[in-house]
Amino acid sequence: MPRLIKNGAIVEEHGPEVLDLEQWLQCEDRAQRAVVLEPGETLAPLLEHVDEIPLVLVNFPTFMDGRGFSYARELRERGYQGELRAVGHFMRDQLTYLSRCGFDAFQFEDESELEAALNSLQDFSEYYQGSADRPEPLFRRRA
Amino acid sequence: MYVYDEYDQKIVDERVAQYRGQTQRFLDGELSEEQFLPLRLQNGLYVQRLAPMLRVAVPYGLMNTGQVRKIAQLSRDYDKGYVHISTRQNIQFNWPQLAEVPDILAELASVQMHAIQTSGNCIRNTTTDQFAGVATDELEDPRPWCEIIRQWSTLHPEFAFLPRKFKIAVCGSKQDRAAIHSHDIGVEVVNNAAGETGFRVVVGGGLGRTPVIGVEICDFLPAEHLLTYLEAILRVYNQHGRRDNKYKARIKILVKAMGIDAFRVAVEREWAPIKNGPTTLTTGEIERARSFFTEPDYASLDASAAEDALQAQCDSDLIFANWVKRNTVAHRVAGYRIVNVSLKATGYAPGDVTDKQLELIADLADQYSFGEIRTTHQQNLVLADVEQGHLYELWQSLQKAGLATANIGYLTDVICCPGGDYCSLANAKSIPVAEAIQARFDDMDYVYDLGPLELNISGCMNACGHHHIGHIGILGVDKKGQEFYQVSLGGNQGKDTSIGKILGPSFKQEDMPQVIEKLLTTFVDLRQDEETFLDTYRRVGIDPFKERVYAQAH
Repeated sequence: MPRLIKNGAIVEEHGPEVLDLEQWLQCEDRAQRAVVLEPGETLAPLLEHVDEIPLVLVNFPTFMDGRGFSYARELRERGYQGELRAVGHFMRDQLTYLSRCGFDAFQFEDESELEAALNSLQDFSEYYQGSADRPEPLFRRRA
Repeated sequence: MYVYDEYDQKIVDERVAQYRGQTQRFLDGELSEEQFLPLRLQNGLYVQRLAPMLRVAVPYGLMNTGQVRKIAQLSRDYDKGYVHISTRQNIQFNWPQLAEVPDILAELASVQMHAIQTSGNCIRNTTTDQFAGVATDELEDPRPWCEIIRQWSTLHPEFAFLPRKFKIAVCGSKQDRAAIHSHDIGVEVVNNAAGETGFRVVVGGGLGRTPVIGVEICDFLPAEHLLTYLEAILRVYNQHGRRDNKYKARIKILVKAMGIDAFRVAVEREWAPIKNGPTTLTTGEIERARSFFTEPDYASLDASAAEDALQAQCDSDLIFANWVKRNTVAHRVAGYRIVNVSLKATGYAPGDVTDKQLELIADLADQYSFGEIRTTHQQNLVLADVEQGHLYELWQSLQKAGLATANIGYLTDVICCPGGDYCSLANAKSIPVAEAIQARFDDMDYVYDLGPLELNISGCMNACGHHHIGHIGILGVDKKGQEFYQVSLGGNQGKDTSIGKILGPSFKQEDMPQVIEKLLTTFVDLRQDEETFLDTYRRVGIDPFKERVYAQAH
């Protein structure tokens, strides 16, 4: 059973069956299926269905490919409320960026990193921009 | 200038702690070289030819004297007692130890400085006019907008792993001293017919391997939409910029491939859902940013008396008079001048400055210029607010320290990257070429007679020395392991930006001074009336120069 970080804790779980974007869009009972996004795919058709998706996985083929960060923000800005999970070759040093973009689950290739990675989620306690969990940028919050 | 509150300080302190942990993991072998690379780059640390290089951010080129003294102290404690001013207005340490960088960053944080995003595939230091706030041709001070962009871009969660680096420049004056057309995004402060502040936005400019002049994407963006609009541009670039080839990854390639109209449509599509969202600027925030860039406490001076007194000093000391003429600029407040401190003395690497010089400049800034110092993308320093009555004393102190070379804007005020002497990316050395040219043209009367002339040297295609926009550009190239130099003519920064045209086959290093001499002789022979080099070039084209330079080579 895969171990991952979810909502700030390490959990073990089996998710639903995962389909790629095209399969998911054509699937009849897609509300029971997860969808995985690869860099370069067009998000627009998925944004029509944000209320139906139970789980979105975003794959990072390398940690240098930052397209997944924009996917996450767009999904959250368009109202997606479900689990948003980063998978693939991202690094623990990217966790604060990822979570601020709206990811709430992190499935590392190397599960031995999980405990250390939990600490990286705490790297920053303050930031300038609005984010998925706190849409107001600092300039609207400054005392 | 901007002063940190507890939020800004916390962000910078937490970044230092994070980077300290990352460095430790690298030294312990937990992080591979490949993994550590982008982490250290996003904190300005390169591993260079001989040692690491640490690039410290100087947001839009503005520092107080406490910061300058800290830089001087750090260069003594952790380096060899000198630093380099880069063409992004930043400061570079050439010889720090990798393991000591977290300590350097902690010391920088104590004076509200950092090295965040001075390298890497992220949004870099926002640059602007070195005469911001004091220029006579200014519509509005660009620095509040630079600070707003600085905060928005600092540790932006979505844009830390872009296809390639991303540079933004802002100008707020008639003459563009920030080279906005050579940036990924150029922002020009403008007013609409109703007198409201907004921005003309230019996108897709850049130097590097494929120089491109930025094109207008928006003719008037209302001020409150600045950040959401930038965010939309960045989002289109992050999604669609090429990631398969680093030489085709800059936004200029994407804008060219899509065409500006299709690119604009894509940006507006991304913008629509976030426009008027929480990132829309508030009046309060705009006022807060402006409140840090108010006028210093200028004395009210009798302009004509100050002018007469200065004239009398100039009449009795011609060397001083010459320095005033060449290195100082009109100030918008009567009785004040802007002073350029030249870091282009012959025999010293262009843009280098020692710890002792920095400390002297800090003292002089406290004494004569409200305690602020600016860096310029031409790799000099500026004291922006000097009373005319203090110029003579200031000049005497600068002269003793080798900081009064009267060459600002002339041939020997060379823009030059660190090149093959330091940089591991370079194909060729650039500093010895600059020095050889400065040494050959040591007759300042000849240099002044040539008029304003920008000579820019880059040691490789990355174009840190801005060779494409020099009136004369020199590019170091590698030919079968040998260093050669390609010359281009007719580049220009400013609102009528142009990209230089390549003269012809490249030259050996030892031939460069002679090549430059032939170009200049050609210009002197052909110029009419008060023409500058650029004017003459634009009138006669490249052929007369080409004929003269290559005539005897065959």
